[in-house]
Amino acid sequence: MTTTPPTQDLDHSAADLLPPDPTQPQGQLPRTAPLIVGVAAVAAGALVGLILGSGLAVMVVLAWAVYAVAYPTWSAAVENRRKATDRLVTVLVWTAFGLAMIPLVSLILTVVIKGSRAISWHFLTSDQTGRALIEGTGGIFHALVGSMMVTVIAAVIAIPIGVLTAVWLVEYGKGSRLASVITFLVDVMTGIPSIVAGLFALAFFQIVLSDPLPRLAIGGGVALSLLMIPTVIRSVEEMLKLVPDDLREASYALGVPKWRTIVKVVLPTAVAGIVTGVTLSIARVAGETAPLLLIVGTAYTTNWNPFDGALATLPTFIYSALARTGNPQYGAAWSDQVWGAALVLIVIVMTLNVVARVIGAVFAPKAGR
Amino acid sequence: MSLALGTVPDPDTEADQAVDKEADMAKSIDVSDVNIYYGDFLAVEGVNMTIKARSVTAFIGPSGCGKSTFLRSLNRMHEVIPGARVEGKIVVDGQDLYEPGVDPVTVRRQIGMVFQRPNPFPTMSIYENVLAGMRLNAKKMSKSDADGIVERSLRGANLWNEVKDRLDKPGAGLSGGQQQRLCIARAIAVQPDVLLMDEPCSALDPISTSAIEDLIHELKTEFTIVIVTHNMQQAARVSDETGFFNLKATGEPGHLVEFNPTSKMFANPDDPATEAYISGRFG
Amino acid sequence: MTVIPDEPTTQEVAAHRVGDAIFRRTALVASLLVIVFLAGVGIFLLIKGLPAIGADPENFQDHANVFSLVGALLFGTVLAAVVAMAIVTPLAIGLGLVISHYAPRRLAKPVGFLVDLLAAVPSVVFGLWGIFVLAPYLKPVHVWLVDYLGWIPLFDGPASATARTLFTAAIVLALMALPIVTAIMREIFAQTPRAHEEAALALGATRWEMIRMAVLPYARSGMVAALLLGLGRALGETMAVAMVLSATGVIVSWDIVSSENSNTIAAFIAQGYKEASPIKVSILIFAGLALFLLTFVVNFLGRWIASRGVVKG
Repeated sequence: MTTTPPTQDLDHSAADLLPPDPTQPQGQLPRTAPLIVGVAAVAAGALVGLILGSGLAVMVVLAWAVYAVAYPTWSAAVENRRKATDRLVTVLVWTAFGLAMIPLVSLILTVVIKGSRAISWHFLTSDQTGRALIEGTGGIFHALVGSMMVTVIAAVIAIPIGVLTAVWLVEYGKGSRLASVITFLVDVMTGIPSIVAGLFALAFFQIVLSDPLPRLAIGGGVALSLLMIPTVIRSVEEMLKLVPDDLREASYALGVPKWRTIVKVVLPTAVAGIVTGVTLSIARVAGETAPLLLIVGTAYTTNWNPFDGALATLPTFIYSALARTGNPQYGAAWSDQVWGAALVLIVIVMTLNVVARVIGAVFAPKAGR
Repeated sequence: MSLALGTVPDPDTEADQAVDKEADMAKSIDVSDVNIYYGDFLAVEGVNMTIKARSVTAFIGPSGCGKSTFLRSLNRMHEVIPGARVEGKIVVDGQDLYEPGVDPVTVRRQIGMVFQRPNPFPTMSIYENVLAGMRLNAKKMSKSDADGIVERSLRGANLWNEVKDRLDKPGAGLSGGQQQRLCIARAIAVQPDVLLMDEPCSALDPISTSAIEDLIHELKTEFTIVIVTHNMQQAARVSDETGFFNLKATGEPGHLVEFNPTSKMFANPDDPATEAYISGRFG
Repeated sequence: MTVIPDEPTTQEVAAHRVGDAIFRRTALVASLLVIVFLAGVGIFLLIKGLPAIGADPENFQDHANVFSLVGALLFGTVLAAVVAMAIVTPLAIGLGLVISHYAPRRLAKPVGFLVDLLAAVPSVVFGLWGIFVLAPYLKPVHVWLVDYLGWIPLFDGPASATARTLFTAAIVLALMALPIVTAIMREIFAQTPRAHEEAALALGATRWEMIRMAVLPYARSGMVAALLLGLGRALGETMAVAMVLSATGVIVSWDIVSSENSNTIAAFIAQGYKEASPIKVSILIFAGLALFLLTFVVNFLGRWIASRGVVKG
């Protein structure tokens, strides 16, 4: 095994890559080259598409192909091969970006367009009692209540455990054997598939309640808290580590006990980041479906009792109502219900995300008050 | 001037009272046979010295010689680092700081500390920063008492005139030198017996440094001050007595080479190693 | 005038000692709860899952025993996740590079935010979109794949008429795994020492040459770790597959474009959520254990590689 220092390595490949070649054309594409090629590519794509009589999607693909070929080729002709490669790669990485954004845009547009049809005061404030269950004329109130209940239960379990564990890991356990064991277990927990969390809650309450098919909101909360705890620990840990030791020492030097230092100096300094992390983790579990199917089941009426009975949450309502969209008579109505619920869910989750980021940006510690 | 003073009691008489009270608070420190460890590693060995009350004592020496470590052992800040411990006696006012049953938190309330980098609490205003020592310990006090302490401490730190109009602004918004004086104000607000300063000027520009040095001169009428510095001119300017720390050899523990009045130390040191260091032949 | 007592009273000392002890213990108990929680997951799943081994063969949907059933599901799970990662890999590298190196400084943040937004979309909504938007678009793609690439076992055909296939599900899975992989990739790309990059640029390298010489070699282990962590996510993801795939029996099939598909563990469990018969629940839980083990191994590998490289997963 010989180890080459990285710098030497760099020199080597550089020398191989960049032979001084006086015969290379030294031209330069005009700055508007991407635009020119772009317009030409769109024109070509549209023209060929029209001739072949194909749809918009094919035209876009054609235009892209023309662009991806023509632009580097032109560069190769005027400049040199290295620059042409560079331009080709630039096209490719931006293509990756485009490919990722198309579904996002399409998804959001679809949900907004199809979902907004269903949104009304009635939709938000009634459940699917009675005839509504057959005709799909009710609303999602029961699912909103269920989502709220399950998420709150999960947060009540996960946030204290998560924050305290992070405090212990950063402030007390640092470097100890136990701390590295717990850190490892938190990593393991991060990787638990959500459906397994649901199975755990199912198995747990089957045994505790000796009920073959337990359905209760608390169970959903337990399952979701299992998914929340590691993300809370991780984000709080990161934030606590960012609090400079200087501040802890300043506090100790004033004769402040350690626990007061943590509560009054360390946590307030990190609070913006902690709130951001916790909000993001809430947003994540609010959209969880699979574990809830297993432990809270599905329901079409409002259930306010967290200790007993199936209940709907927004995601599980979407999943279960989906089966009703095939009904020849009422399918369309149910379809509206499904997309309406999807829109409400997306709005909630996205709002939480945006709020979290705004909190993180606005109340960052350095900004002071 | 009179406008700003309108709301608070006459500062002059108050300051006088404070001086009277603090004058008998300053304490001397007797150090005997102190060894300091990080885990099994002996960092500083066999230190003996007496730090006089109401004077400035400076520690100088090359990097890594244990002078900061020793300073931090004087108010039991050393043991904040896991595995760190101290052997020997450090006696303040007849009380050995390391006797079993002595509470490190109590020790730190009586022996304040100012750090290398200014570290005001970023979530607190200037006003709250000064009061941090009491507020963090949940001390109840009236608004007028609090105002009095803030003004007295900020005046004591030569910062009052610069910040009196923006006491509710965040402490982190001040300049580096102002932040450091805010930290000094915060430290003296709890009226400690001793003030430890760990290279308080090393992160500051020359003008701020000279402001802090002036301040140290004034503070020594009220407090026992111990300062660690890399800067020998600074030690010569501000201190009454100087201790020179050095490593016996690389990997060996640090030790106190010489402890003498500053004037003697810089003019005619006892130890050739001190002379070599001071004249810049090493370190 | 002054209110500060010289020394705290003994009461105060006692109070803060007790405060310290209580606080420390509380934090420690919370940490130990994490261990309890995780042990609980293992124990309860084992208690409820192990009876599946001795179950009657009629419960196994034409499989001889639970291992054969779960084995078939494992095959489908890995197949779907690997196909998804084949799509994710180039996209994530490209996206990571866009955010870290290609996008102008002002654009990089919004672009990163858009990718994070993709992560925020709930899986059930992805499922909806997969069924109603993506699948119709992919019908001609299915036909094309079978016609022209039919010699590859994956595209053996016949092409599904609904396009609700493992192929479509894998694309949705890819979209769901993309943000997490991209997030790690862009982090490591951005960590490339500035000096390496400048050294390359100073030699006259173009941007791509700089990336190939400085960024990619530096990021190699991090990229592998990112892909493994993304794979872990794709393996455990439920709803995309459960919703997109029209539920069929549990079979082993390489074909991902026909109407007869392999199923994944997670989707199998979700589709059986109404199951009340104890032995069938046992089988679901047993399958869940297998999934847990699989994702654990993949994630562990990912983190292990990450810890040897420059990133923390």
